[in-house]
Amino acid sequence: MASKLTRSNRAGWLMAFPGIGLIAAFIILPFFLAFAFSLTNQRLASPNPTEYVGFKNYRDLLGLAVFTLEPERDDAGNAVVEDGEIQYPRLRTFTRRNPDYPHLEGKREWFSWQSGENRTVVLASDVVFMKALVNTFTFVLVVAPVQAGIALGLALLINQKLRGISFFRAVYFMPVVVSIVIVSLLWKFIYSPGDGLLNNVLSGLTFGAFEPRDWLGDTSTALGSIIAMSIWQGVGFHMVIWLAGLQTISPTLYEAAEIEGSSKLQTFRYVTWPGLRNTAILILIVITMQAFALFAQIDIMTQGGPLDSTQVLVFQAVERGYGKQDISGGSTISVILFVIVLCISLIQRWLTRERN
Amino acid sequence: MADVLLKGIKKSYGPVDVIKGVDIEIKDGEFVVFVGPSGCGKSTLLRMIAGLEDISGGALEIGGTVVNDIPASQRGIAMVFQSYAIFPHMTVRENVAFGLTIAGASKAEKEEKVAEAARILQMEHLLDRRPSQLSGGQRQRVAIGRAIVRKPEVFLFDEPLSNLDAALRLDMRIEIGKLHKSLDATMVYVTHDQVEAMTLADKIVVLKDGYVQQVGAPMELYHRPENLFVAGFIGAPSMNFLDVEVVGKDGDSAKVRSDLVAEFAAPAWREGVPASGRATLGIRPQDLRPVDSGGVLSGNVTLAERLGIETVVDVALKDGTRVLCSLAEDRVFEPGQSIALDFDNDRAHLFAPEPGRQKAAA
Repeated sequence: MASKLTRSNRAGWLMAFPGIGLIAAFIILPFFLAFAFSLTNQRLASPNPTEYVGFKNYRDLLGLAVFTLEPERDDAGNAVVEDGEIQYPRLRTFTRRNPDYPHLEGKREWFSWQSGENRTVVLASDVVFMKALVNTFTFVLVVAPVQAGIALGLALLINQKLRGISFFRAVYFMPVVVSIVIVSLLWKFIYSPGDGLLNNVLSGLTFGAFEPRDWLGDTSTALGSIIAMSIWQGVGFHMVIWLAGLQTISPTLYEAAEIEGSSKLQTFRYVTWPGLRNTAILILIVITMQAFALFAQIDIMTQGGPLDSTQVLVFQAVERGYGKQDISGGSTISVILFVIVLCISLIQRWLTRERN
Repeated sequence: MADVLLKGIKKSYGPVDVIKGVDIEIKDGEFVVFVGPSGCGKSTLLRMIAGLEDISGGALEIGGTVVNDIPASQRGIAMVFQSYAIFPHMTVRENVAFGLTIAGASKAEKEEKVAEAARILQMEHLLDRRPSQLSGGQRQRVAIGRAIVRKPEVFLFDEPLSNLDAALRLDMRIEIGKLHKSLDATMVYVTHDQVEAMTLADKIVVLKDGYVQQVGAPMELYHRPENLFVAGFIGAPSMNFLDVEVVGKDGDSAKVRSDLVAEFAAPAWREGVPASGRATLGIRPQDLRPVDSGGVLSGNVTLAERLGIETVVDVALKDGTRVLCSLAEDRVFEPGQSIALDFDNDRAHLFAPEPGRQKAAA
């Protein structure tokens, strides 16, 4: 007799349908559509027919070139200097319809540096995308270790048997329960220029010596401000995961270490940390994924500004796909993000593999 | 090597008293076993000696020094846990050398001491394995190795064999016995298994409800249990107990009888046995023997278990009271068959009447 599970096939599929259907419609289908769109010139709404364009979208995003500008020279062959600065030909003379430099066509300056008399310029097809890429990596590289570290510290603190410890557990976990949108709005007030909370507190602590600043409106502080706030918001979640990991470590291991005269630091090194290995892998991967998906904070607090200093990949994808109706451009960014996250996950898995 | 002295040791968790005043003297080089039912406080007592639990009252001396407030690592003890407590991410070698690593010992010293411990425990071939690749017995061996390397004054064992299967338990029991002889160290061993207690101990401490019931050599406890609890706890199957009437007492001998027991003279050396009135008679199953006629007890066989080397007969006396009789031979009994039992008078035990009497420590 067939088992009940295989006999009631139709009922089973019927019950699974709502779930599978929603996942298919909103996750699986868009996932493959993004790959397809990234190879076309599809727009969100356009009367023109969609055309296959190959990897043009990728070239438009990832195109890079390095170009060395030589200074303008006078008749004697010396560099022309005006007001103490060496004069160079205008970059656009090379990048705009110059048949001698087809690889520079349409590219713009991303950054440059001086080497001797010459100036080396790195040009990008899409400077905004490049900034988003760098900002996203900066965000991930700062948030992953710092957030994981603080979360572990908090977990060690609240793992003690003290009276009222649940109060602290609740306090640290609270930001996680609050929607990121609300948190972002609140922090916008905290960061607001002039008499915002942060400015007030800082000038209070320094007896007025601190100059109030526009935290989100300044290119040097905007990304840092968003990083700080994001770490604060997510740290409670990872603290709970660490805590779960800590509580799987057998108390007798600590007692054995105590009898051997192990100091607090040695106990952490030889008992706690090795026992948290799997938890650490999980947390690192989860934080990395979450950090790459950074969007809501940017959308609410800075919209990528000022001067693209807080542009990030997901925000760019949404901005392009819906803001500029360039759905193929947005899809291309999504695919690139997917490949980046995939590579990093594989590398992390390889680095943290069980060595036996 | 050192002796261990417990003087009026008490332990309470809030209002709950777990250890209610315990005096034990453990001599240098002695193997002492704490035995008792679950919850009697034997593990707590051991953990207090180890320094893993605070001492609420009394004084604990190791090697003549009061160590109540000295941390576990400085008491000169090593402990072997029921759950082995070996570090899963370290090799056997690293586990055994853990204490030396903590103390910052040199590599050569570690090598030497680990090799010595491995030789004593015959586990040289295991040194590079990880705990996950070891059997339960091997893991416990590693834990013992870690204890040996510390060169402790006192070894503490907390039910070290309880997680092992029966065959392995026998092997490890023999090994621990050998280890004690070869190291000649003071050992305190906690178990709920009376076979371990009887075979390993120089001295057994029977605990119940936070009180010491009796302290003595295994055979002393077996042959001269001081109270009903010790009498019932030591020996398998358990001693049979019958209510009797004391009708006359003459020195260390008392005449007893009941509806079930024909009158006879029982030894009555225990304190608290009344000159007349109710008392409890105890007879070990091994001391009962079936007789063809006469006999002090008579009843019907309800069940006979044949184990080859012995036969355990469950007998229902006239009023339904059950007694067990253990014969050191293979013999067939039919359920329902009537049986008469007899015993040597001087093998009987007479106890003061109140059951579950506790002997409070002074």
